[in-house]
Amino acid sequence: MIEPNRNGEVWVFAEQEDGSPHDVALELCGKARQLADRLGVKVGAILAGWKVQELSRQLISQGTDNVYLVEDRQLEHYLTQPYARVLCTLIEKHKPQIVIFGATPLGRDLAPRVASAMRCGLTADCTDLDIADVNDPAAKTTHKNLLLQIRPAFGGNIIATIINPERWPQMATVREGVMPLGTPDMLRQGEVVQEKVEFQKQDFAVKLIQRHREQRQVNLKAARTIVAGGGGVGNKDNFKLIHELAGAVGGAVGASRAAVDGGFIDKDHQVGQTGTTVRPALYVACGISGAIQHRAGMEESAKIVAVNTDPEAPIFSGAHYGIVGDLNQVIPMMIKALKERPKE
Amino acid sequence: MSYHSVVCVKQVPDTANVTADAMREDGTVNRAALPTIFNPEDLHALEMALTVRDRYGGTVTAISMGPPMAADVLRDCVYRGADRAILLTDRRAAASDTLATSYILSRAIRTLGQYDFVFCGRQAIDGDTAQVGPQTAEKLGIPQVTYLEEFIELKDRTARIRRNVGNGWEVVEVQLPVLISVLDTAAEPRPPAAKRVMKYKHARARAELEAAVKAGLPDATNGERDSEIERRAEPLRARGLMLDQWDLDDIRADLAWCGLAGSPTKVHRVQAIVLTKEGYTEIPPTEEGVRRLIRELVVDHTLG
Ligand SMILES: Cc1cc2nc3c(=O)[nH]c(=O)nc-3n(C[C@H](O)[C@H](O)[C@H](O)COP(=O)(O)OP(=O)(O)OC[C@H]3O[C@@H](n4cnc5c(N)ncnc54)[C@H](O)[C@@H]3O)c2cc1C
Repeated sequence: MIEPNRNGEVWVFAEQEDGSPHDVALELCGKARQLADRLGVKVGAILAGWKVQELSRQLISQGTDNVYLVEDRQLEHYLTQPYARVLCTLIEKHKPQIVIFGATPLGRDLAPRVASAMRCGLTADCTDLDIADVNDPAAKTTHKNLLLQIRPAFGGNIIATIINPERWPQMATVREGVMPLGTPDMLRQGEVVQEKVEFQKQDFAVKLIQRHREQRQVNLKAARTIVAGGGGVGNKDNFKLIHELAGAVGGAVGASRAAVDGGFIDKDHQVGQTGTTVRPALYVACGISGAIQHRAGMEESAKIVAVNTDPEAPIFSGAHYGIVGDLNQVIPMMIKALKERPKE
Repeated sequence: MSYHSVVCVKQVPDTANVTADAMREDGTVNRAALPTIFNPEDLHALEMALTVRDRYGGTVTAISMGPPMAADVLRDCVYRGADRAILLTDRRAAASDTLATSYILSRAIRTLGQYDFVFCGRQAIDGDTAQVGPQTAEKLGIPQVTYLEEFIELKDRTARIRRNVGNGWEVVEVQLPVLISVLDTAAEPRPPAAKRVMKYKHARARAELEAAVKAGLPDATNGERDSEIERRAEPLRARGLMLDQWDLDDIRADLAWCGLAGSPTKVHRVQAIVLTKEGYTEIPPTEEGVRRLIRELVVDHTLG
């Protein structure tokens, strides 16, 4: 635990693998920039690994001021304890006021270990972060400029705002894809600070024996348009309608969990709380009821079109355009209209 | 060689079907208003512990921190094969966040003395934080291996584990003792064994007897209640049907690290999800309607 330190920086854990930054790390640099500007402090990024210095440029171009670089052969592949040692050592040394991590499997393995060692608070899987003064009526005080950690709770049924007034740093993991990725500014200046961290033998209690990575076939996050099908599509064969519509708009194919569970399409395509969070320019939901867990992954889309036979389906309440009708009739009409569409 | 496993299990509200009515004003959950279930991934953690015992010998102890009714999930653990079950219950532990919870669990595990494995589910469906496992490992000062999908083997006090890291998998080796968090894609939990259900369905924790006596004898004095509780406990104890129950004193917990005082995170505000209706256009399911929609999307540059 460190004492509240109003001059402390806002830090991002710069998750990387095999020398490539994780998208969420770059997304978080932009968010950290906003928070730091509100506080009038600098943005720091913790970059740990082996031969990763090159990534500093990207972090700086997304808003980082100071890249704290820890290069060590033993950090080539992620292991919980050595990485936690890096974070704890640097937090104690530089006393940042906020530390944010991507809510990736790695981030959610690392952040709690660090928070426990620092005896500070940690909020998981935030979908938004903000800065505000918070009144504490019980103690008759106002906490200035606290980090508001906003997340869905209770299976996505409520939105909770969590604060961490006393035991700092204020830490949170942030869901991938919810913060927009900024446009890199290659002229931005920043500093690379070389750091050295001493490890102990017990930090290496876990040994990596074998490692396998799958290339993601589908890149939903990068798609400008997503056409998604749900349980209402009925069967795998009929799901080709969704593929055809996606083809006609030049978009990617998404799915609800009912469609994935029904075997209509691969799990990689699932949108929602336990799938991918997306924010395309256009999201077309066909035969999807709009359960809260699904909406959690798509409601930030700029335009949402819903097609559903049930006028009461919750998907309509979050949509911009609704078509109450049978997707088996509406989708062919859409494909036809797209082929005949006026070109701008 | 035999190995002692501890499994941390939680009783949770069935969050798949919650309404905002179940929330109190202060943002805490009115659990009494909800059906409860065995946290799904904890069942897989229990299965892993039982598998290790079946293959390599040893014991399985289930621990649940919660209100008296959490004894339900402990009985379930015993039905499925756990050797021992401990209810960790104490009003002073209420409102613990993940840090305080992991401190309390680590105190309980230390109180058990010798252990080789601590298993827990990756996350509980009421909080979805996945933090308690790693934080408990840190408090115990032992390594953690998260996201177990397969327990490959155990040799010379070294466990070999396959973990799913989202975009692939890894095989790791770790020296015991270790804390392992288990995914629901790991081995399917075995069902309760009918014989054990028959044998243990009357097993009770003391807190359950207390609650029953309090409800049954609302006008009795404390002394009368105590002797009634004792009268009911006696035959259960004789038949080995009293579940162990610990409070914060039994595990010598420092109260400064428990409950609200021990929790650095505070709930500042809670909002039920509100759906916005503004800017909604209904399109008729006709060729003309659909054509109009596409035209609008082209005009506002949504479609390139
Ligand atoms: C912990 C947890 C995590 C979850 N995570 C996710 C997640 O990440 N993503 C996700 O999607 N879900 C998730 N779910 C599941 C979610 O609760 C819903 O069960 C799921 O989204 C339902 O999918 P659906 O709407 O496609 O199917 P259904 O509920 O089966 O709805 C089908 C819809 O199609 C309509 N329909 C039927 N026929 C037609 C037709 N011919 N034309 C047009 N419409 C038609 C129906 O009116 C209905 O609205 C999760 C659940 C839990 C408990």
